[in-house]
Amino acid sequence: MPLNKKIALFIPCYVDQFYPNVGIATLELLEKLGCQVSYPMGQTCCGQPMANAGYERDTFGTTKHFLRTFLVYDYIVAPSGSCVLHIKDHAPSIPGMEREQESLRQKIFELTEFLTDVLKVENLKGYFPHKVGFHASCHGHRGLRLGSSSERNEPFYSKGKQLLEQLDGLEWVELTRTDECCGFGGTFAVTEEALSVQMGKDRLEDHLTHGIEILTGGDMSCIMHLEGIAKRNQQPLKFMHIAEILNQAIS
Amino acid sequence: MSHPSKASEFLQDAAKAKWHDETLWFVRDKRDNISKTIPEWEELRELASQIKDNVLANLETYLVEFEKNAKANNIHVHWAKDAEEHNQMVLSILNEHRCKAIVKSKSILTEECHLNPFLEENGVEVVDTDLGERIVQFLNQPPSHIVLPAIHLKKRDISELFHEKLQTEKGNEDPAYLTHAARLHLREKFLGAKVAITGVNFGVAETGEFVVCTNEGNADMGVHLADIHIACMGVEKIIPRRKDLGVFLRLLARSATGQPITNYNSHFRSPAPGKEIHIVLVDNGRTDQLAREKFKNSLKCIRCGACMNTCPIYRRSGGYSYGSVVPGPIGSILSPGLDVKKYSTLPFASTLCGSCTDVCPVKINIHEQLYEWRQEITKAQGTNTKSISMKIANGIFAVPFAYKISGAMMRGALKILPDSITYSGLNTWGKQRDLPETPKETFKDWYKKNRT
Amino acid sequence: MSSRENILTKIKAIPRENSLLPEIPSFEFPMDHKAAFILSIQANKGEVIAESELKDFIAINRFEKILNLAKGMESLSTQPLPSDAHELNELEVAIIQGQFGVAENGAIWLTDENLGLRALPFITEHLVIVLEEKSLVSNMHEAYQRIGAQHSGFGLFIAGPSKTADIEQSLVIGAHGAKSLKVVLTNL
Repeated sequence: MPLNKKIALFIPCYVDQFYPNVGIATLELLEKLGCQVSYPMGQTCCGQPMANAGYERDTFGTTKHFLRTFLVYDYIVAPSGSCVLHIKDHAPSIPGMEREQESLRQKIFELTEFLTDVLKVENLKGYFPHKVGFHASCHGHRGLRLGSSSERNEPFYSKGKQLLEQLDGLEWVELTRTDECCGFGGTFAVTEEALSVQMGKDRLEDHLTHGIEILTGGDMSCIMHLEGIAKRNQQPLKFMHIAEILNQAIS
Repeated sequence: MSHPSKASEFLQDAAKAKWHDETLWFVRDKRDNISKTIPEWEELRELASQIKDNVLANLETYLVEFEKNAKANNIHVHWAKDAEEHNQMVLSILNEHRCKAIVKSKSILTEECHLNPFLEENGVEVVDTDLGERIVQFLNQPPSHIVLPAIHLKKRDISELFHEKLQTEKGNEDPAYLTHAARLHLREKFLGAKVAITGVNFGVAETGEFVVCTNEGNADMGVHLADIHIACMGVEKIIPRRKDLGVFLRLLARSATGQPITNYNSHFRSPAPGKEIHIVLVDNGRTDQLAREKFKNSLKCIRCGACMNTCPIYRRSGGYSYGSVVPGPIGSILSPGLDVKKYSTLPFASTLCGSCTDVCPVKINIHEQLYEWRQEITKAQGTNTKSISMKIANGIFAVPFAYKISGAMMRGALKILPDSITYSGLNTWGKQRDLPETPKETFKDWYKKNRT
Repeated sequence: MSSRENILTKIKAIPRENSLLPEIPSFEFPMDHKAAFILSIQANKGEVIAESELKDFIAINRFEKILNLAKGMESLSTQPLPSDAHELNELEVAIIQGQFGVAENGAIWLTDENLGLRALPFITEHLVIVLEEKSLVSNMHEAYQRIGAQHSGFGLFIAGPSKTADIEQSLVIGAHGAKSLKVVLTNL
């Protein structure tokens, strides 16, 4: 475990604003696992919402700022697959800083992959007696390859499952459509509102018919969307980020 | 009409939309299952992708080789730079043979060229012979899916249609009964046609032969009974070697419908005695697409339709919501190349979930090209136009940001976006979803208090 | 400039990095060829039958219009090959000789020399293909190796009867072409 390494916490802007508990859980979890983590106060947005809306060219400033904020760290960890994917794949190339950008791409990690691949967490001691459904967010799942995609002929793996199954009492529930999109999709959630909500309803239905108590995942954006629909329709589901489950269980 | 409005219209009939979603999911599921019985599946995809890369890099060489070999086999080879020339060419062949009625098997290219209306305007009766295509032709509709043309229709619709057109029993919705009625109807057409038109799945440069795949056998019924076979082929359908067919035929039907191979896979090399084969090689925007570095590999597409079956948007919005000849994810990266304004909403009709890329048998990075088209479209539109960018104004980020957040940090992050995008009066998010509760403090505030 | 020149010139003018044409490896096929072939044909809604069963099939259905082009089945034939394929419209059974079959998908290779008339396997009501058991190959790669540089005006893989699922995805056999495919595996 790289205890002597400098680890920066990257908390996506909407998590900072709406889900501070997810940020806290991520920080506490990493600390419990022996990491020295700091949160660079100057951090802002990664630029993804603009880029996915077709304005990648307008994110030079954001990208440069992100780079300057995080470059000095050995690792950058974020509780979001989507934002990490953006930094790796879609942040525009900054002339003269290509080398630094490449280095950043190598050391930024989504939380679950940091736990499984860098910290190599294998033996979490924790108790979480609940039936849990996992929403594999597409950007983490197919973008960062945090799990095997149902479309490909590859051996099954899931970094989320690998972690959750270490907890005593937790029942991982298989879904019918294991990795279908929830319909959030950033601006898609409102430009294609009808479709977005239908997709969300269908995802929720899959979890509900399998008797899930808690829906979890690695991206609060998907969960915000799903929770928003579930609340509106008074559906009996609880929503937690995977960092919250892990942090709560091992305390 | 834009994709969002047509999609929401499609969703109005909830039961039918659910059926559409589940039926196409079932097809995708069959594809998943059969692909997993082939240990080398991913390697085959990679091979297919590499072969197609090689084709695009040497397209002119392979086309010339194909032409030379096809001519040596007594096939007539024609070249058409666009849809209009293609249609004229087909018409002139028909006129030469004084042909006023043709049968046609599935060809997305001829849909793209709008061949049917053109021929009909010129007094030629066109009969589409693929069952699904015949059904939509009776309804005067285009196919809603490139492999399953009538997937948007229920058997009740087809029963009513056939009652009217083919005098089937009223109310008889049995698919076997209806299919049999179509069989009898189309048999007459096959027996009477002098000219048959088909598409092409693969053209082999090495031999000058071309391959047409069907399950119904309609392409073969048409061409073998007719005197003249006209095969319409996009220039990108070329593959270098005969043995490359081994790779593509293993992938095509498995990806399309989850079956190991189509039941008929015909290799046309030279005409039967006394007959003629014509091939029309068509550009119609393909070379323009080839010149677009970021989008050229969309031309690798083998038209299996797997990206439609897997797309969570397509399944819930139907083929017509795209308003383009090729719908779904692949259509959304091909169509803007033809008309960036008309098809400007299509690359946004996606969550960039990436499922299309993972099913694609030739590994086209479809979702990445959707992302790239978004960049091109916003550039083409400028930020002041009332276009897609205005719709983005209702964006998820816009709403919470504009109404919930007053932090300077957020304004800092967003000041690079035009105001029209950032600030919107419409709370589209909240129509069917609750907003998250605003917490007492942000993470940053908490961190300041607790860790510094 | 002709459209041919126009297209070719346009393509040539596009700068493209070359990309190597891959060699196609041979992939192992773990199953017994015959067993796999039979399963494949069944999955395609065809049937593998014995020669005696073919005779029963003809007798039970009282087929009278039978055209045989396969080796050793001459006695079943009731009519010769016409010169015009349109005359085959009433044909009940066509029996033809396949060149080889593919275990992984049930596809059977036929060319002009097997077909007599190209329309034959499509226009007939029922299709029977006679195939030597030892002709089975594992997969499509081996199939094209076997075809090699063979030159025929028309070649075709048939893997099952004519089928469609265009009405609500319900599978119906006998869309336009043969309503059944029966394969007689011979072991000479």
